[in-house]
Amino acid sequence: MSWLGLTPVEMEAVRLSLWVSGWAVIVSLPFGILAAWILARLKFTGKTALDGLLHLPLVLPPVVVGYMLLVLFGNRGLLGAWLYKMFGITIAFTWKGAALASSVMAFPLLVRAVRLSIENVDRGLEAAARTLGAGPLRVFFTVTLPLIVPGVTAGALLAFARSLGEFGATITFVSNIQGQTQTLPLALYTLTQVPGGERAAMRLCIIAIALGMGALVASELLAKRYAAQMKG
Amino acid sequence: MLDVSLRSLRGNFLIDAAFRSETAGVTALFGRSGAGKTSIINMVAGLLRPDQGHIIAGGRYLFDSKTRTDLAPEKRRVGYVFQEARLFPHLSVRTNLTYGMRLTPKSERYVEFDQVVALLGIEALLDRRPAKLSGGEKQRVAIGRAILTSPSILLMDEPLASLDFARKAEVLPFIARLGREFSVPILYVSHSLEEILNLADAIVVMEAGRTVAAGKIEELMSRPDLQSLTGYADCGAILSTVVQSHNGAGGVSCLHFEGGILKVPQLDVSIGSKVRVRIEARSVAIALSPPEQTSVQNIIPATIEEITRSNGSFVDVKLDIGCPLAARITPLALTTLGLKPGMRVFAVIKSVSVSHGMLWKQ
Repeated sequence: MSWLGLTPVEMEAVRLSLWVSGWAVIVSLPFGILAAWILARLKFTGKTALDGLLHLPLVLPPVVVGYMLLVLFGNRGLLGAWLYKMFGITIAFTWKGAALASSVMAFPLLVRAVRLSIENVDRGLEAAARTLGAGPLRVFFTVTLPLIVPGVTAGALLAFARSLGEFGATITFVSNIQGQTQTLPLALYTLTQVPGGERAAMRLCIIAIALGMGALVASELLAKRYAAQMKG
Repeated sequence: MLDVSLRSLRGNFLIDAAFRSETAGVTALFGRSGAGKTSIINMVAGLLRPDQGHIIAGGRYLFDSKTRTDLAPEKRRVGYVFQEARLFPHLSVRTNLTYGMRLTPKSERYVEFDQVVALLGIEALLDRRPAKLSGGEKQRVAIGRAILTSPSILLMDEPLASLDFARKAEVLPFIARLGREFSVPILYVSHSLEEILNLADAIVVMEAGRTVAAGKIEELMSRPDLQSLTGYADCGAILSTVVQSHNGAGGVSCLHFEGGILKVPQLDVSIGSKVRVRIEARSVAIALSPPEQTSVQNIIPATIEEITRSNGSFVDVKLDIGCPLAARITPLALTTLGLKPGMRVFAVIKSVSVSHGMLWKQ
């Protein structure tokens, strides 16, 4: 990408952004599908509360989310201390923390998209699969999951795009450490804070727009391809 | 083969059904829409849970409230053909067909893939997606998918209801052949008497969640008290016959039934094929001695079984001619002839009174 005239620092930020967002989506995808399935299919007391909790990142100031993560996953935080003691894993102030912050912030978008498509699955097909000898788990993996592929794809790409843009929670939780947690938005922020950074900032802006558009277009194209496949 | 006794309260709709079917053939679950037929079949499949009772199929308890037995649907070995085909849209016809087959242990399979595909005539469709199939083709694939699980019983919930007339005629013969070829008992839900007369050997009649009658078609259809359910304006009897010969010049076909020969207007059906005939009670006359020099072709010895006075201006006489037959006469005729149960008489049936729409090829 040197043809764009990017400096090594800027390149590092783009690479880190893609890396962090990718991991954020991969790790949160199974949990997102599980949460969506629970919300779409199960009836239990406290469902509204769970629904609200999962959607909180959409309405809270990102700084609040970042601060809560710091309290929980900081080196002296409840979970952070435990993770370090048990597995020697440090979350705070590393790229893993950035990925965690991104996945929490993008989680509601992922769950919404997947949940909608689960609600649209014809339960008669699942019943048919049961009578054909498939247990509930097999029905999920051979019928439900293939049918919600468009929703999962859309949700994953939306969450990926949202993660690329994640700023507030990240900077609060894992700070702005070049090469560690300085993702594209954070690098952009830094550039706007120093004199003479306008050109570099504009370059990163364009890259951010291109990446975001790319994710959304990819989502649309994949949905179309899937629909065509269904028609045989 | 199938023994069902169920109670279930859903909302304020009570289902209280009990029937057995010993035959290996097609048992029809017949009743108006909303009579609870689909609920019953869903309980047999394990998709709905009854409150009380038992379901035994193929010698196995699928459900028994006494012993708290309640097998999961996938453990019941029950094939289910739904009203809508419910094919998996993301799989090809071939993978749809083998979906259940692959989950059936090899030792328990009695149905061959190639045999089913040939019987249903779906060779050309195997690599297509369900979205590319017509309604009749979809339903044939759905039938194949269900039978390929080698089930101990096959459930069919109005499999023809969503099809137009031509498509119905396309699928119906396959269902008839299925039961025979694989000797699997079929429980067939329908509100269409036409379909049932074409297919079924036994019938279970349901009304408002209850089973009101069960038995062989010939026995039930001649019962005057069930006449309102069948939807026919008139009481009548069903005779199961085999085409014996055609008399082209005479314009008649001879049908063999348990009590003798019935002559009907000539049929376009090959000799040896099975035909069900409906004979309306009002076109059956009763004679004490065989009438001579008459145009009537069918004079059949009969025994009077039962005489029912309806509140109208007629009397229903149940006759035994080797199988049940109903005759509807006036009270005057009854007293003039002095008819009583047990009397030996003659049933007199004009050939032309058996018209189109009263014959079903099987």
